[in-house]
Amino acid sequence: MSWVLSLPIILPFLTAVLAFLLREKRAGAWVSVGGCALLLIASAVLMANVLEAGVVAGQMGNWPAPFGITLVADLLSAVMVVITAITGLAVSVYALAEINRRKEYLGYHALFQVLLAGVCGAFLTGDLFNLYVWFEVMLISSFGLLILGGSKAQIDGGIKYVTLNLVSTILFLSGIGLLYGMTGTLNLADLSLAVEDVENRGLLTVVAVMFMIAFGVKAAVFPLFFWLPAAYHTPSFSVSAVFAGLLTKVGVYALIRMFTLVFDHDIAYTHTILLWVAGFTMVTGVLGAAAQTDFRKILSFHIVSQIGYMILGLALFTPLAIVGAVFYLVHHIVVKANLFLIAGVAEKLTGSTELKEIGGLYKSAPLLGVLFLIPAFSLAGFPPLSGFWAKYILVKASLDIEMWFIAGVALAVGLLTIYSMTKIWAQAFWEPHPYDLEPKLSILTPEQRWFYLLPIAFLATLTIIIGFYPEPFVQFAERSAEQLLNPAAYIEAVLGEQS
Amino acid sequence: METLLALAIGVLVAAAVYLMLARNVLRFIFGLILISNAANLTIFVGGRLTQGLPPLIEEGAYAPVEGAANALPQALVLTAIVIGFGLFAFALVLVFRAFTTLGTLNSDKMRVAEPREDAGK
Repeated sequence: MSWVLSLPIILPFLTAVLAFLLREKRAGAWVSVGGCALLLIASAVLMANVLEAGVVAGQMGNWPAPFGITLVADLLSAVMVVITAITGLAVSVYALAEINRRKEYLGYHALFQVLLAGVCGAFLTGDLFNLYVWFEVMLISSFGLLILGGSKAQIDGGIKYVTLNLVSTILFLSGIGLLYGMTGTLNLADLSLAVEDVENRGLLTVVAVMFMIAFGVKAAVFPLFFWLPAAYHTPSFSVSAVFAGLLTKVGVYALIRMFTLVFDHDIAYTHTILLWVAGFTMVTGVLGAAAQTDFRKILSFHIVSQIGYMILGLALFTPLAIVGAVFYLVHHIVVKANLFLIAGVAEKLTGSTELKEIGGLYKSAPLLGVLFLIPAFSLAGFPPLSGFWAKYILVKASLDIEMWFIAGVALAVGLLTIYSMTKIWAQAFWEPHPYDLEPKLSILTPEQRWFYLLPIAFLATLTIIIGFYPEPFVQFAERSAEQLLNPAAYIEAVLGEQS
Repeated sequence: METLLALAIGVLVAAAVYLMLARNVLRFIFGLILISNAANLTIFVGGRLTQGLPPLIEEGAYAPVEGAANALPQALVLTAIVIGFGLFAFALVLVFRAFTTLGTLNSDKMRVAEPREDAGK
């Protein structure tokens, strides 16, 4: 059993080593693609196991829980690993065309694979300190990817990204120390039981808020998101896409995990904070986007805004709301990574991401226009694309418990999202080019065209599939929400029958 | 002993926050290093302190004697120190690169990635 769990972590590490050894050759890039394909297979096997067994747990080194390190996959972990592999595969193909030889030589592919390993590790671990280690693996490789190339803007954005993320790491670490001091365990399933015996409930809530802030920085929620729009528009588009798709979502995943499994003792307090955070995150993100005029900066602010929806699902804490959060998480990764990849192609064709500098793409590259419309409309929540169902579930969940105001906020933010998307559409695709150029797709070599457009088309197809056949995905999210709200199966899988 | 260490952590955090409020990025990093050590000490104290009872298992016994020192937080702190060392080495080099490419350590003047609206007018 434990092989199924550890393969999604081991495979990217092995690929990273191989890609680093081959970094001087073109083969290194193909190794990265192959590694991602294997990762996808491994994650599919894991998913099949989890669908059958409910929760799969494995003790590393055969030390029984709660003493050793546990890897555990429930439905949420499994789907996150699958979606990580899908995003990784799409971005690694895109990188074949985008990443130049110099960046390859500097170790782009190795760093990328280590990043995937860190992300998978964070999703699969069942141990709090181990989660910290995976966060660090992810963080250090993301530092490398972010500043690879070393342009002025990258160094500038990198400073803000690195420093603020380190602050969050230290808060996380202190939180771990205090929680360990109170409960004497670090195993998540064991913690879930042990927190009930803690006498000092006030201190427990303080620690809960420390975790909330630490993961909040990673997830880029209001008012802790400033590092994100400062950094995400500076690196290569492949890097932007994988960051936008996966990194903040690891923060959201950690929040969902901790605040359903461990910190559900004082929901009235913690989840009310989360509700306010969700509302402000949605609104500030979308308003920030409205003020921007750069393709990637608009998209960066929209990440912040969309994170708000996922936190909203967690904050409402009803079964339907958690369903919405899980569905949103999956849909958002696909859509957001895709939009960044499209921004990349637009930049390659026109030489800029500043909306004033580009235009006429609909006339000169209609295929790109159609491919942009799918994720853009999905992000804004047009029926019947995937974003519509995600937003519909969340709004319905808030109406069900008569939270009229937050439902209104969610709907209004959806409307403003359409505004930003039409701004990109109007300026980049519809209006004629400011210098009367016609940037056609044919200026790319046929090879480049395939590597750029194939991943985009692949992710767009996924968005359409989720949109037109939402039922299996919603059912999956329902099962997963059930597991999150009744962690008995999770605890039993990790600790055995004795509990 | 716990009180002393708690006080030491308090002093470290206070000094760190003071440094981190500076505009100079290098001072910020120094503050970060101090506060990360405060976090390490927090984990250490979280495992409870005992004097003169190393967690060694007597020959023939299966568990250390009652009240022996807790070895786990020390392992955790060791891991955290190693990871922190790597991260701060990276951060220091990054700050150095920032100084050579951007020509400043003043975080208010680092506006390349997010230029002001009125810049260049």
